[in-house]
Amino acid sequence: MTSLDDTTALALPLPPAPSIYHPTPRLAELRANRPVAEVAFKDGSTGFLVTRYADVRQVLIDPRFSRAAAASTSASDTGLAMVATDSILGMDPPEHTRLRRLVAGAFTARRVEELRPTVRALVEALLTDVAARPRPVDLVEHFSLPLPVRVICELLGVPPEDQHVFHAWSDTILSDAGADPAEIRAAMGKLGAYFGKLIADKRATPADDLMTALIAARDDQDRLTEQELVNLCFGLLIAGHETTANQINMFLLTLLHFPEEYQRLAESPELIPQAVEELMRFVQLGEGSGLPRVTTEAVELSGVTIPAGSVVMTSMVAANRDESVFVDADRLDLTREITQHLGFGAGAHHCLGAQLARLELQEALRGLLRHLPGLRIAVPDSELRFKTGMIVRSLHALPVTW
Amino acid sequence: MWNVEVSSECIGSGVCAGSAPRHFALGADGRSRPLATPVDPDDAVLGAAASCPMEAIGVSDAGTGVPVPF
Repeated sequence: MTSLDDTTALALPLPPAPSIYHPTPRLAELRANRPVAEVAFKDGSTGFLVTRYADVRQVLIDPRFSRAAAASTSASDTGLAMVATDSILGMDPPEHTRLRRLVAGAFTARRVEELRPTVRALVEALLTDVAARPRPVDLVEHFSLPLPVRVICELLGVPPEDQHVFHAWSDTILSDAGADPAEIRAAMGKLGAYFGKLIADKRATPADDLMTALIAARDDQDRLTEQELVNLCFGLLIAGHETTANQINMFLLTLLHFPEEYQRLAESPELIPQAVEELMRFVQLGEGSGLPRVTTEAVELSGVTIPAGSVVMTSMVAANRDESVFVDADRLDLTREITQHLGFGAGAHHCLGAQLARLELQEALRGLLRHLPGLRIAVPDSELRFKTGMIVRSLHALPVTW
Repeated sequence: MWNVEVSSECIGSGVCAGSAPRHFALGADGRSRPLATPVDPDDAVLGAAASCPMEAIGVSDAGTGVPVPF
């Protein structure tokens, strides 16, 4: 194992964290001692890993750190990065802005707030069903997955009954570098073909949904290509459910791991909006270091000059535990007056669905606290089974009782 | 010329600073502000305004005060 006090490039990915509730301690050491650390990727190529809040935020926002230039690097061999290469996630402004502005209007705080009654009703219906089932109940199957799937399907205009069709492809695409790239490509091809057919159907029979609006932007105004249209739709579908579903699971696991905080929330549900922000900062949905950037010119960060053409990785989980920004950062504190965590990233690629995710997470917590008082996980942590090779911590099942 | 403003709704997502860095930057409080106003018309300003998750960016004609659609 590479020692941290020498200048040898550190091997990425880092070894897994010993707990699902905290980042690996190596990240705290790096943040303190080597905030802009030279790293080596699996194929032997090198780059930098940035761990301090201010530096991570700068890399995410500063256009000298390019996504487009990074899209073809070897750090991009994960399924997500392969999707990203062909999509809005692999573009820089102004091309990126051309696509983002077409969809951003559907995801603003104001527009998303209009969906609150729908989301709340969906939560009520799902949890009424859960409460009537023999315990333990698998929350993944009956709540945390169907909620975001139905919300994004309704918004986009995808039939929710096709869930079983697209979910397996989605899983393959979100695999990490351990998966076979050919398999990922095949899944992307199938999902692309699925959307090709859906788009043809919508052209024939327009509806009041985002996919129809995007088709109009293509057909009436020529603002995107057919391939961009397909990629945008399947990007929204994948990004719109897998992350939220697993964040609901991770929120619940984390809250129950800190029972005094869970109790506090149960007694004071008015804390839910700020609790969601603190949980976004604290929870370890993924361990990795996001999508790579490549410098378009030399940039100095924390006293280290990063040469032009360097691959730069950012650790959002390390930045979100930076003591210089968040006092007592390793403590979950739902009363924290939190601003500007990096749970949704920052900059041009700041999570498009952030406001929708916030709404779903708020309503999910509200519903769970109301409908299932005394909720607890029915198995010990050691029996939780996460899918292997996923870039987010993705549970096969989450058996709960109450 | 266009007047550009960022309202107090800004949450500092950095979408505008990342997509139109010649027009927006984040201040010490982490929130966005226009680097100059009024400015010559530029589609990048409208792109940033249309991409803001909080609809916090306003663009208007500096002469008439009429909002510029985006």
